[in-house]
Amino acid sequence: MLIRKPTDIPPSEITPRAVYRARRRFLLAAGAGLAASLLPAAAAGVTVQPQVRRKLSPIVRGPYGTDEKLTPYEYVTTYNNFYEFGTGKSDPARNAGTLRKSPWTVAIEGEVKKPKRIALEDLLKLAPLEERIYRMRCVEGWSMVIPWVGFPLAKLIDWAEPTGNARYVEFVSLADPEQMPGVRVPILDWPYTEGLRLDEARHPLTLLAVGLYGEALLDQNGAPLRLVVPWKYGFKGIKSIVGIRFVERQPVTTWMRASPREYGFYANVNPEVDHPRWSQATERRIGEGGLFNRRIKTLMFNGYAEQVGQLYSGMDLRKYF
Amino acid sequence: MLPAKIALNWLRYLKGVVFLLALLPLARLLVLGVLDRLGANPVEFVLRSNGTSALTLLLATLAITPLQRWSGAGWLLALRRMLGLFAFFYAVLHVLSYVWLDQWFDWHAIAQDVMEHRYLLVGLLAFLLLIPLALTSTDGMMRRLGNRWRPLHRLVYLAGGLGVVHYLWLVKKDLTLPLAYGVVLGLLLAARLYPARRRSDVMPS
Ligand code: HEM
Repeated sequence: MLIRKPTDIPPSEITPRAVYRARRRFLLAAGAGLAASLLPAAAAGVTVQPQVRRKLSPIVRGPYGTDEKLTPYEYVTTYNNFYEFGTGKSDPARNAGTLRKSPWTVAIEGEVKKPKRIALEDLLKLAPLEERIYRMRCVEGWSMVIPWVGFPLAKLIDWAEPTGNARYVEFVSLADPEQMPGVRVPILDWPYTEGLRLDEARHPLTLLAVGLYGEALLDQNGAPLRLVVPWKYGFKGIKSIVGIRFVERQPVTTWMRASPREYGFYANVNPEVDHPRWSQATERRIGEGGLFNRRIKTLMFNGYAEQVGQLYSGMDLRKYF
Repeated sequence: MLPAKIALNWLRYLKGVVFLLALLPLARLLVLGVLDRLGANPVEFVLRSNGTSALTLLLATLAITPLQRWSGAGWLLALRRMLGLFAFFYAVLHVLSYVWLDQWFDWHAIAQDVMEHRYLLVGLLAFLLLIPLALTSTDGMMRRLGNRWRPLHRLVYLAGGLGVVHYLWLVKKDLTLPLAYGVVLGLLLAARLYPARRRSDVMPS
């Protein structure tokens, strides 16, 4: 019989971490009626990997606030959808800390005067950093109130100088299996892409965020640079952006490719248009009321109808969901 | 291999241990709840935990018969009813967490939610199927139903299948876990069908 040295294990036999984790999760769940998970550490209270928390300054107080109670920092940084770091809500916080955020450059391409690349440091010089407190509504029926730090995407668009042909903006996330364990599993068609109509992208509410709670973004929240579009479902807020492309025709986004029946291009928060999986009429505010946290009514355009309603006048929002 | 027979007091201990093990998921929720460690979305956490426990215990229940047939350990059957009732117990807690914690007895919203979302309809069907099975699990009912008890209780496979479909349809993209449950259910069903045909004449059970 042939005995292999340990080093002879072909790479194909080494289980990718995300797959292994999924398996382990299954075994954990199935094993002896969940007996193994009595320990609090194994459950909901996830510890964030030591990542450097860096204060951002100066920050000016931007327009468009809300006086609603902020979602605690702990929850904003441990309850995330970021499939590049795993599909469970606590996976990103557990697996993050691996992103190499400097140097970080963003490629500006497509219908622009001149394609160019911009380093994160230079990007930060385009406009003063503002704090914007926005509601964030996830398509899964939960919401948060988050004090973002960033500046209007419009400032970057001005700098990018799109041509007259540009009608849409497409965003591309980093998809590096070395830094993002979830990308090793073809759960979505990597890299993650998103898109906005140019007028949506230029809207003063649309934010290019680099931080929250006064500090630089942690990996699980989409470090170092992400999009925040508060009147749309959370998945439009693409994370860890490495590319911005100006295009003439409406881009097809990752979630549209994954399930066109469920996810449309616009993805505006709309309590009247249901998602096949979740009712969109109500939502649960994270971090309030514990077990007795009651659902609240979801507002049209997530409560930003006054600011953005006119972008969609005359459009059938059932058709363009 | 499992021993064909065990002493009665051992069986009693074993049942006690399985009883306590089956209570662990609930104990865990209580401990985490008291410590305020149910996470960012406690309602979802409790709802999902109970759903997972229900399905896991349902599969554990279904594993007893094939295990018993292969090993000849008849005493295993003494655990089957308890496991099945625990599966039902967690299904009740699961549905209760939905109706109470998630929807706050808003029957209008619940009706709409269930009608519009197929995963809920299938879950409801699975739950409705489990009710007559739980009600007819007593010795008295077994006797009264006689020959009809077995075919009735085969419905548990259907309930398991609907539970898996419920799970498959509710996850957004990562189908790993529901598929794993589905594979286990399929294997258990296959294990059940295969030896039954060959042995039924030798070993009426
Ligand atoms: C009236 C019946 C039922 C209702 C209304 C119901 C409702 C739900 C809801 C709302 C969820 C969470 C969905 C989400 O978070 O997106 C869920 C998850 C689940 N349910 Fe049910 N359910 C029912 C019956 C059942 C039954 C009978 C079983 C098992 C046999 C079951 C097993 C599960 C499982 C395994 C999950 C997923 C848990 C997880 O994600 O970890 N459900 N159910």
